[in-house]
Amino acid sequence: MLAYILRRIFQSAIVLLVVGLVAFSLFRFVGDPIDNMLGQERTQADVERLRETLGLNEPFVVQYAKFLGQAVQGNFGMSYRQGRPVAEILMERAPATLELAAVSGVLALSFGIGLGVFTAIRRDGFAANAIMTLSLIGVSLPTFLIGILLIYLFSVELGWLPSFGRGEVVDLGGWTTGFLTPSGLQALILPSITLGLYQMTLIMRLVRSEMLEVLRTDYIRFARARGLRDRAVHFRHALKNTMVPVITVTGLQLGSIIAFAIITETVFQWPGVGLLFINAIQFVDIPVMAAYLMLISVMFVGINLIVDLLYVMVDPRLRGDSARGH
Amino acid sequence: MTRTTGLLTATLLATTAMAPFAQAETLRWARAGDSLTLDPHAQNEGPTHTIAHQIYEPLLIRDMTGAFEPALATDWAPSPDDPNVWVFNLREGVTFHDGAAFDASDVVFSIERAQTEDSDMKELLTSIVEVRAPDPLTVEFVTDGPNPILPSNLTNLFIIDEDWARANDAVEVQDYEGGEETFAARNANGTGPYVLNSREPDVRTVMTRFEEYWGMDQFPLDVTEIVYTPIQNAATRVAALLSGEVDIIQDMPVQDLGRVAGTDGLDVRTAPQNRTIFFGMNMGAADIETDSVEGANPFADARVRQAMNMAINRDAIKQVVMRGQSQPAGMIAPPFVNGWTAELDATSTDVAAAKALMEEAGYGDGFSVQLDCPNDRYINDEGICQAVVGMMAQIGVTVNLEAMPKAQFFPLISNRTTNFYMLGWGVPTYDSEYIFNFLVHSAEGDRGSWNATGYSNPELDAMIQSLASETDLDARNDTIAAIWEVVQAETIYLPIHHQVLNWGVASNVAIEVDPEDQPKIKYIALN
Repeated sequence: MLAYILRRIFQSAIVLLVVGLVAFSLFRFVGDPIDNMLGQERTQADVERLRETLGLNEPFVVQYAKFLGQAVQGNFGMSYRQGRPVAEILMERAPATLELAAVSGVLALSFGIGLGVFTAIRRDGFAANAIMTLSLIGVSLPTFLIGILLIYLFSVELGWLPSFGRGEVVDLGGWTTGFLTPSGLQALILPSITLGLYQMTLIMRLVRSEMLEVLRTDYIRFARARGLRDRAVHFRHALKNTMVPVITVTGLQLGSIIAFAIITETVFQWPGVGLLFINAIQFVDIPVMAAYLMLISVMFVGINLIVDLLYVMVDPRLRGDSARGH
Repeated sequence: MTRTTGLLTATLLATTAMAPFAQAETLRWARAGDSLTLDPHAQNEGPTHTIAHQIYEPLLIRDMTGAFEPALATDWAPSPDDPNVWVFNLREGVTFHDGAAFDASDVVFSIERAQTEDSDMKELLTSIVEVRAPDPLTVEFVTDGPNPILPSNLTNLFIIDEDWARANDAVEVQDYEGGEETFAARNANGTGPYVLNSREPDVRTVMTRFEEYWGMDQFPLDVTEIVYTPIQNAATRVAALLSGEVDIIQDMPVQDLGRVAGTDGLDVRTAPQNRTIFFGMNMGAADIETDSVEGANPFADARVRQAMNMAINRDAIKQVVMRGQSQPAGMIAPPFVNGWTAELDATSTDVAAAKALMEEAGYGDGFSVQLDCPNDRYINDEGICQAVVGMMAQIGVTVNLEAMPKAQFFPLISNRTTNFYMLGWGVPTYDSEYIFNFLVHSAEGDRGSWNATGYSNPELDAMIQSLASETDLDARNDTIAAIWEVVQAETIYLPIHHQVLNWGVASNVAIEVDPEDQPKIKYIALN
């Protein structure tokens, strides 16, 4: 087991290095930060001096090596846009994204599994069919459109919920939270629905189809034959066995909730790392883009690692020798 | 999970409909971008200056009409003894937000700070050789020759407190090498009408009224607290205004003007902006690579440039692309600028004459060329370019449009790798010399840095250089008019329009639109 974990960590490190290399090779196609950093009165001499200072004249491999050398010492450089240390900016922005992702994830999981089980058990019922049809909206509408529709309905027309921002936040020693104020909680509702809707419908459809399959298996029939109550059959025996694919998908989707919060954050002006990344791309803020991409890849690699370990815990067949072959 | 759903339902129920407008004297204000830094000398950029104008003050400012208005200086004039010296008399009894008194040494310190290498404001101060303070309420600027328009270069040059900067290690303007931000980037201590209360970059900046402000009796100053929240997405920004969550928005998308104007309690305020949109062509090269003509450069022929200029239907662009929100332009200076005349700015379209000119120039069968255009810099920039593609086709010029984000577009101009491009230009000094220096003068030395047309005319260059030190204003204006005549006759640029600014505001907020898109909140009266 330990060797397995070590090997996975080693593989992960290589993935990270490659991601960084690819990212740095692409930055020069995003554009040139100099014109954004200097005003329109800048002279050619200013441009040259700043390019030299920032090391933009060096080949991207050299830039990457310098970035790595600094990054392992915990220094991610200075944002070109804000003139502040990147690590500090990321720390400031991370709570907003993580809280949003957590609420969306909980919404997606609870409603996804609940509705999935419901539609599987009542597969021919009117309600189940209605939910299945409606869920197509969640899968097919683009996120920004859902966000704009929700804003239009709940902010502009009804005036119930705020259309932008995080509301009042409370600072708990470097971690700003919106969970402790009414306006912070209100501000979470629309963005978390927008962000979680796709995942919710995905989980729901997955749970439903897995559940339908499991309900046809012999051991479920035997369980019923033994006279167990429906509740026990559905939740103790059937649901538990549908969980392996659900965990895989949920794990990966949790990563994408955080990584692709970009669009939701832009629509709702949510001050998280996704909005920061969009600003960084527009400004060609290379240190921020680099640090963000590395952070996101660390997260994806980490989540995959955890998911692999969870398999082993959920599915006894994967324990022991077979885990090594996975 | 039940607890979470319960909590969400509870908050949903607890929510009541929001009050439509600000009842207290708080002004909630949104625009697309945030100030990049509070250090007033680190960035020469619109949103950054806008926030600085609430907290800091220059010696003089421009009011909502663009006219000079005294701020920290009460009056200014060239020295009667020496034409190379400007004398500024400072306002008495002004204090900084921390209580320190303002005097001439702070002005000297601030100007010198803004002249350092890491300052973004230094290019506006290149003519200044020395700043001195003969007494605590007088400052003298010594320039390298007579500089008649020095005051127009100082309207965004903010004064900070010398002792505060020294005490907080903020003498240097931010530099990227050091890896640390300066104290002044996050903190502020100005003499302006509002005191910085709290700031989270890109999220929220709160300012409260400075009760010791020298101009308490002179300006409305009805707003006691400003809450500034950047909202990047245009639809969300408009939604925030419609739902009453903010009282004023800048950067209104033109397609939402009707929606806002038609809402009870909201108004759209409109005024011409200090920015002109135009096209430039590389006429300097013997041959250009992005066209279909071998061995020659069609743009080098003035008749081709004139034909293209005549083929552009600016009224159609205004109606179709800009939804009426633009002012068709015949010259590349907005109407506030010294040197602008209605005759030069008049426009006309004549496709038949344009075709005849093309024929005469030997391009009767037309040619094709690539047009580089930004898609996230000016109002509907890509749409304007698309419209021009169609208009050029009428005279046989096949335009291949390359639209791209500004971060990729502007390097093409800096590196001179574009042959046909769009550009927008604002004139912070309100004087034609600024336009000539950057856009008309040959690209040599410090001048012509944005002239990617390759146009070079030594005679014209000499006239442009003479403007810097001509103290006889009438003679200077004659030279400006003469230069414009050449610029128009040679069709160095193809002007399109002057941009129009739209602000969406709650009806109770009395404010006039500022041509530089920098609302100064001290002017706001609340009805």
